[in-house]
Amino acid sequence: MRDWFKQGEHWVWFSAATVSISFVLVIGLVLLIAVRGLVHFWPHSVYEIELKNDQGKLETLVGEIHDTQTKPIVDPQDPDMAVRKVPQWLVKVGNRDVYGTDFRWINTDNIVGQEDRLARDITVLERYEWGNVYGQLTKLTRDGEILAEGDNVKNVLEDLVSTGQTLHDKINTIERVDIGGINYRIEQLRLEEKRLRAENAFDDEARQAIEAERAELNKQFRDYQEKLAILRDQANGLGDVHLNLAGGHAIQVPIKHIVRMWQPNNMSNADKVGFFFSSIGHFLTGEPREANTEGGVFPAIVGTVTMVMLMAIFVTPMGVIAAVYMSEYAREGTLLRLVRISINNLAGVPSIVFGIFGLGFFVYIIGGSIDDLFYSYAQPSPTFGTPGLLWASLTMALLTLPVVIVSTQEGLSRIPSSLREGGLALGATKSETIMKIVLPMSMPAIMTGLILAVARAAGEVAPLMLVGVVKLAPELPVDLNAPFVHLDRKFMHLGFHIYDVGFQSPNVEASQPLVYATSLLLILIIVSLNLGAITIRNKLREKYKALDN
Amino acid sequence: MDKSVQRKLDEALDGPKFQRRIKRRNLVDLSWASGFTVGGIAVIASVLLIMFFLVYVVAPLFAPADIEQGKTFDLQQSGQEQTLYYGVDEYADSALRISDSGRVYGIDLSTGEKLRDERLPIGDARITSFTRISQGDQLMGIGLDNGSVLLVQYEYSVTYPDDVKTITPKLTYPFGQTPLTLSEQPITHLSARKSGSQITFAYQVDGASQIYVKQYDMIESMLTEEVTLDLYQQGQFAAPAPFKWLKMGISMRNLYALKQDGTIFYFDIRDPQQIKLVETVNALAPDQTLTAVQFLIGEYSLLLGNDQGQVAQWFPVRDQDNNYFLKKIRTFEVSDQPIQDINVELNRKNFAVLDASNQVSMFNSTAHNNFASFTLDQTVSQVHISPRGDRLLIETPAHQLVTFDVDNEHPEVSMSSLWGEVWYEGYDEPEYVWQSSSASNDFEPKFSLMPLTFGTIKAALYSMLFAVPLAVLGAIYTAFFMDAKTRQVIKPTIELIEALPTVILGFLAGLWLAPYMEAHLAGFFSIIFLVPIGILLFGYLWSRLPEPVRLLVPTSKRAVLMLPVVVIIGFVALSLSGPLEHLLFDGDMRHWLTDSAGIDFDQRNAMVIGFAMGFALIPTIFSVAEDAIYNVPSYLVNGSLALGASGWQTMVGVVLPTASPGIFSAIMLGFGRGIGETMIVLMASGNTPLMDANLFEGMRTLSANLAVEMPEAALDSTHYRVLFLSGLVLFIFTFIFNTLAEVVRERMRRKYGSL
Repeated sequence: MRDWFKQGEHWVWFSAATVSISFVLVIGLVLLIAVRGLVHFWPHSVYEIELKNDQGKLETLVGEIHDTQTKPIVDPQDPDMAVRKVPQWLVKVGNRDVYGTDFRWINTDNIVGQEDRLARDITVLERYEWGNVYGQLTKLTRDGEILAEGDNVKNVLEDLVSTGQTLHDKINTIERVDIGGINYRIEQLRLEEKRLRAENAFDDEARQAIEAERAELNKQFRDYQEKLAILRDQANGLGDVHLNLAGGHAIQVPIKHIVRMWQPNNMSNADKVGFFFSSIGHFLTGEPREANTEGGVFPAIVGTVTMVMLMAIFVTPMGVIAAVYMSEYAREGTLLRLVRISINNLAGVPSIVFGIFGLGFFVYIIGGSIDDLFYSYAQPSPTFGTPGLLWASLTMALLTLPVVIVSTQEGLSRIPSSLREGGLALGATKSETIMKIVLPMSMPAIMTGLILAVARAAGEVAPLMLVGVVKLAPELPVDLNAPFVHLDRKFMHLGFHIYDVGFQSPNVEASQPLVYATSLLLILIIVSLNLGAITIRNKLREKYKALDN
Repeated sequence: MDKSVQRKLDEALDGPKFQRRIKRRNLVDLSWASGFTVGGIAVIASVLLIMFFLVYVVAPLFAPADIEQGKTFDLQQSGQEQTLYYGVDEYADSALRISDSGRVYGIDLSTGEKLRDERLPIGDARITSFTRISQGDQLMGIGLDNGSVLLVQYEYSVTYPDDVKTITPKLTYPFGQTPLTLSEQPITHLSARKSGSQITFAYQVDGASQIYVKQYDMIESMLTEEVTLDLYQQGQFAAPAPFKWLKMGISMRNLYALKQDGTIFYFDIRDPQQIKLVETVNALAPDQTLTAVQFLIGEYSLLLGNDQGQVAQWFPVRDQDNNYFLKKIRTFEVSDQPIQDINVELNRKNFAVLDASNQVSMFNSTAHNNFASFTLDQTVSQVHISPRGDRLLIETPAHQLVTFDVDNEHPEVSMSSLWGEVWYEGYDEPEYVWQSSSASNDFEPKFSLMPLTFGTIKAALYSMLFAVPLAVLGAIYTAFFMDAKTRQVIKPTIELIEALPTVILGFLAGLWLAPYMEAHLAGFFSIIFLVPIGILLFGYLWSRLPEPVRLLVPTSKRAVLMLPVVVIIGFVALSLSGPLEHLLFDGDMRHWLTDSAGIDFDQRNAMVIGFAMGFALIPTIFSVAEDAIYNVPSYLVNGSLALGASGWQTMVGVVLPTASPGIFSAIMLGFGRGIGETMIVLMASGNTPLMDANLFEGMRTLSANLAVEMPEAALDSTHYRVLFLSGLVLFIFTFIFNTLAEVVRERMRRKYGSL
């Protein structure tokens, strides 16, 4: 045994174990997020639980079981004050408009009878407001007349819900795209008029032109309003569904308020898989609802992608030019070494420092000056002198610049000098050699750097909180109104969405599954970007190995 | 060769066309070269701009005050009257002067024009005493020789006749123009305070040895909105000795009577019917005399100026038994001349001091900072600061008013207020406090960067405690013992953590780990003990196994073998949580900690941060350390193994010494990253700026503080600049650690080059 210690075998075991621990932690973490994120989309079984409350009364709960924990309870009657641990369940009972809360913690001690009894023929309705409804379908009515009753209700309701969905989409399109576009143009006209007034160029001709255009827009606006009114009437005419809820309540839900309906306890496994994928679809393409705690993350995806793409447009030329200058043109020496060290260092500077730089320099100084010079007519409401898309992507470009520079430099240094010399020997000038031989060959390295930069920018939140991300943006940063990409708008971001929903939301329990799902999405995006970068880098290495021989 | 071909070739390579082409290509080449150079330098410059920009924003914090002499005006004067008070508007454009003969003069401070000349509605009474009732809203009490008090308030109105801003100063009488009768005798000493809907007066009348305290309710008439005063309660007590100043503190609870020899009698007047003498202190040395007494804004601190050129700040402090006593907080050395006058600013804790040698000095009390001093060449009698502290009015005995413009944005910041312990008003002892904003106007901002820096280092250190052993040992095994195939899987997996957005780690730490850890506290401690023991035990038992079994898993695959072992030990340790808590901690460790051990416990604490951020630091350290070990030349290793050393002996004796600079730089890089990490600490640390190394309490770090407070800091305010300063501190911290790591790594690279 002494030998065993003397040879340091125990240290070998320790070090092997640390690798295993790190590995287990990473995999465990990813699995935790994946499972909790995906479970969100799976149709949960709905249980019927009978409880005896403190007063000894019986009470029936119907809901999904979302979490379990053990809670230490001190029995006041116990002389030792011993702490007893009681398992607790977190039950999602839904029907927030009736019960007040979506979630309830129950002590399993209080359960009467069988613990996991499935509720029979339970229907879940997902609504645009007030969360889910869990209840038994009773009848369908329209204008006080009964449309369907009994077993028939479900089939009729399914059709009506899908009609309602189509109507909802149509209404949404008109409101967002058509009327949104008109509002945007009216706002532009107002600013145009303000600008003309400020320049003292608002003569009769300009006034007439603007008023004519405004009248035209107002007319279109009214047309759309009429269309909307018709559609809304149709939606209102869909009727109502009546349900019985646990605890003897009854509820009446207008069909136009229903997003989806399903009967989880009656679903086959194939149905559940289908539901699972359709939930994912809803999540990816839907708008957030109820203070971001329900619905989808579509605006956050669009915001993240737009910001990251803009950033890529800024960072690529900057990084490549700086790298080419440093490795091809600048003279080697102490100064260049210092510059290299500081650029490497910059990669380690906390991102929040870039955030305050972006806020102080881009937003307040540059943005403030732009407003003073070009948008003085719109003041006091700032145009660029406030956090927005442009400043966020510029800040991110600075943040990721070292990544691109370092990666490009590495690529440039891997090009064998024989290739450069060959180019020069054939009479090409230095710039021709660089542009036609060196840069194309280091393209994979540049791409690697860019992808890594994009991955970093997509996951970074702290600086964005200062330079343009908001919890709920009224408009997308990209839309159909010229100039299509609105650099001055604030936007939503997946990472910030996680922070906001997880920590600022009033309804933590309701929002947690959504946060896990968003996290999973973000991880998937970033990991696949990183894997892409790694693949490209490996291919690159293979390629130059061949060249070296 | 054919001659014609030769000729054509010569033409193509030598003709004017060719020359033009060469010229054009050279031009293109030159423009690319200059383009790359200019662009490259511009990008590098913009990168370096960040640092300079931080310095540029921070610099005004430490810029000295700029003082410029303005205009001099002749004052209107009727007889030998003294000025009682100057009311100045927020823009410092006009002043209202109240004299002790009861006259009120308005002065335009840009032209010297007389705006107003009237008499207070006091009939033929004489003014015998004067007090500021509320410094913030400039309410004053004027004591008369007929025993009554006139309450006046300074106000101004801003109008824009013909688009020119015109400021009109005026006096209003919030309680009517009839003086309030307190007594029959002339009021010689008067002090009053307003608080809520009450006003309390303390006064002494001519020839009396009693001090009277009267408390009035302010009653607003429903119909006329007129406010009248209604006596609520009163009391009196014997004046301890002839005194010169009578001063009542904030909230109408403390009354100070001060004698010229520096004796302060401190009374508790909360209940006017039961006035208590709290204590008698002597504020001065025997050979000193008190020459000026003034409250700092907020009416909590007394400023006492003496005849030897010192101003001392005193305020009541609470001892362990909850008793208040007066305490000298700090002394400002002005000069060696007697202090003539002290005047305080209405928005910040600034004051101006005038001494007998006509020197005016300006101080900030929190920062203990003399930010401006200048001497006038004429004799002066009074100094007054405008509400925003941007203008000084100085009165001379020759009835002139000299104005000075003061440009001083950030007096409350000094090295001592940023990094030292400061005794703030209302605190029991000097402390490091970060408390940047509050609703109240007379709030003393507390900009100590110490708690934030402490929190930053605490968070980084606790996470290093978790990350360094895991990452370095893991790097050793991965680089030295592991076979290539396993390494190809393990290394990218661990490096994957680097790519995980920290907001996700923060969210998990705050919402999943923190509550889980609180519920399984004993389990986490048992992990710390059980996992090493379990590993050791398993390793030893494995070596006792028969050889064929042992050889199934070579050293290079032990990490794979350990995977299930680690999971099982971890699971067992966690499930021991319940029984352990029952056995050792009366059933619940978290309650036991607070109740029995007296250790404060927050759910989001340093232990959560240690695990979560430590996890985020693993790949940084692991990756660099692994590279360093992997790059140790193999002939060194082979030599050592050939001489009979065991694997680990080779590791410790040969590999580690060679790779140690690399491991050092890995740790430095990890520490640098831990210092700057924002989202994890923001979401899982609780964000309370504490100075406590307790493992079970949270902290607020520099970076999280920036994320929390930056969006609400007003542009160019002191708060904004101090936040930038904390950003600069963060920048410098990480810069030092990263440069250190970089330099060490560079050295090592050169060393390996020679090997």
